[in-house]
Amino acid sequence: MMTLLEAPIIEKKESWMVTKPRRKAKLRLMEILFAIGVSISLFIGLGTLLALIIDVCIDGLPRLNWQFLTSFPSRRPAEAGILAALGGSIGLILITIIVSVPIGVGAAIYLEEYSRKNKLTDLIEINIANLAGTPSIIYGLLGLGLFVRFFGLERSLISGALTLSLLVLPIIIIAARESICRVPQTIREASFALGATKWQTIRDHVLPMAFPGTLTGIILAVSRAIGETAPLITMGALTYVAFLPDSLKSPFTALPIQIFNWVSRPQKGFHENAAAGIVVLLLVTFLLNAFALFLRDRLQKKSGIKSM
Amino acid sequence: MKNKEAFLKYLFLACALVSILTTGGIIYVLLFETIAFFKEVSIIEFLTDKEWTPLFVNKHFGIAPLVCGTVLTSVIALAVALPMGLLVAVYLSEYAPAQIRRVLKPVFEILAGIPTVVYGYFALLFVTPLLQKFIPSLQGFNALGPGIVLGVMILPLVSSLSEDALYSVPTSLKAAGYALGATKLQVCFSVVVPTAFPGIIAAFILAMSRAIGETMLLAIAAGQMPNLTLNPLEAVETMTAYIVQISLGDTPHGTIEYRTIFAVGTVLFLMTLVLNTISYRIRERFIRI
Repeated sequence: MMTLLEAPIIEKKESWMVTKPRRKAKLRLMEILFAIGVSISLFIGLGTLLALIIDVCIDGLPRLNWQFLTSFPSRRPAEAGILAALGGSIGLILITIIVSVPIGVGAAIYLEEYSRKNKLTDLIEINIANLAGTPSIIYGLLGLGLFVRFFGLERSLISGALTLSLLVLPIIIIAARESICRVPQTIREASFALGATKWQTIRDHVLPMAFPGTLTGIILAVSRAIGETAPLITMGALTYVAFLPDSLKSPFTALPIQIFNWVSRPQKGFHENAAAGIVVLLLVTFLLNAFALFLRDRLQKKSGIKSM
Repeated sequence: MKNKEAFLKYLFLACALVSILTTGGIIYVLLFETIAFFKEVSIIEFLTDKEWTPLFVNKHFGIAPLVCGTVLTSVIALAVALPMGLLVAVYLSEYAPAQIRRVLKPVFEILAGIPTVVYGYFALLFVTPLLQKFIPSLQGFNALGPGIVLGVMILPLVSSLSEDALYSVPTSLKAAGYALGATKLQVCFSVVVPTAFPGIIAAFILAMSRAIGETMLLAIAAGQMPNLTLNPLEAVETMTAYIVQISLGDTPHGTIEYRTIFAVGTVLFLMTLVLNTISYRIRERFIRI
C-alpha cells in the first residue's frame, strides 16, 4: 500500500500535459474567445428574433384594426384588408388537414406496425427522408404540373391544398412514427394475449397512446402550411382576389401571398399593410407553435422520455 | 374479419406508397417539361451561356447567372450559420445549465418556425437599410442582407442537428479526456467535436440544401435581375426567385418561358437531391438513429 502511494504515478509527462504558464494563458485565451463567440451567436439569434418582432409591430400594429381584417384588397392601401387572404388560408388549412392527416398517420402505421425490413420499406424510408428536404418550391412545380394541368383542377383552392398536403406529409409521417414507436411493445403483447386482432390493438391501444405526439407533429405541420408561400405562387394562386373562396374549384389567395404582394409594391402604405398582415400571421404561427411545445412538454413529463 | 384486417394492411401500405408516388410525380413533371425545353434550347447553351434573358426579344438561356445568385446568397448564409450554429450547439450540449436550455430551445424553434415571407420583409425593410448606413454603396436589392438573414434563419437547423450529433458522443470518451487532465474546452474541441464530426458535416450539408432551396426571402430582398457576379453588394436573382417571378406573370402554358421554370426547377431539385442524399448516407452510417 505504502509503496503504491509513494511510487511516482506518472513517470514521464507528455509534452502536452505539462501546463506551462504560456500554455495556461493560451488555454485561458481560448476559453475567453469561446465565450465571446457563443455570446455573439446567441445575441445575433435572439437579437434577430426581437428586432424582427419589434420592427413588424412598430410598422404594422397601428394599421391593424377591424376594418383591416374584414376588407378585401384595394388599390388604396388605407382601404385594403386581408379578408380574402384569411378565407383562403383557412380553407387551405382545413382541406390540407383532412387530406394529409389520414394518409400521414396511415403511412406511419404501416411503417411501424406492418412493414418488414425489405427493399420496398427501404425505398419508402429514403423517399420520405428526401421529400422532407425537398425545397417547397419544387412542390409548387409538382402542383402546377400534376393537379393544375394533368388532373385539370385549375389554379383552385383544391389544387393548392393538395400541393400543401404533399408538402407537409413527411412532417406528419415522421412525428406519427416516432410516437407510435414509443408505445411500449408490452402493450401490444398484452392486447394480443387477450385475443385482440392487429387492427383492434392498433385502434384501441397504440393510436390512443401515440395521440399527443402525433398531434404535436400535426400542429407543427399546420403552422408550416400556413406560412408557405412559394409553392402556392408557383402553382398559380392569384395575388389579387376580392372575394371569398366558395367552392373547391374557386380561385384563391392566402395570407402569406397577400403579404408578399404588398411587400413587393413601392408605396409605403402597402408596406404598412404587409407588416399588419405579418403581425396576424406571426400571431397564428406563434400560438400554434406554443401549443405544440406545451403538448410536447406535458408528454415528456408524463412519459419521462425525451421526445422529438 | 380476416378480410378487413388484410384490407387495412393494404390501405396503410397505399398511404405509405404516396411518398414514392410524390417523388415519382416530381420527377415526371420536371422531366416532361425539361425534355420539351431541351428540344428548343441546347444543353450546351444552357450550361455555358453567361446570360439568362428568356423574357427579352434577344433570348439567352444560360443558367450560370441564376446558379451564381443561388451560390452567392447560400455561401453568405452558411458563413453566418455554420460557425455560429456549431458554437451554439457545443454551448447547449456541454455547457448550458438546464434552465437556460429550457428557454433557448423553444426560442430557437420559434426562430425556425417563422414563415420565410416574414424574413423577406425583415431583410428588405430592416436589415438592408441598416447595412446601408455602414456600406453606402449597397443596393436596395442585394445578396448580402438577405444572405445574412438566411443564415440566421437556418441557424436553428444547424445548431439542433449538430447538437444531436454531439449528444451521441459516448460519455466514456469525454471521461477519458478529463482523466488525462484536459480542460472542459479541450475535451469539447479535441474529443467531442472530432468524434461527432460526421454528424456535424451531415448537418452542414442539410443546411446548405435548405439555403439553396429557400425562395421567398430571396425573391423579396435579393432582387429579380439575373446577374453573373460575386459582389454581395449588388442585386442578384436566385433560381428560386426566378421561378417565382415567372409564376407571378401570366406566362401561357406550353411556351418556352413556361418551360424554363421546370428546367431551372430540375437543376434545383438535382442539387438538393445530391446534398440530401449525401447527408442521409452520412447520418445512416455514422449515427445510430
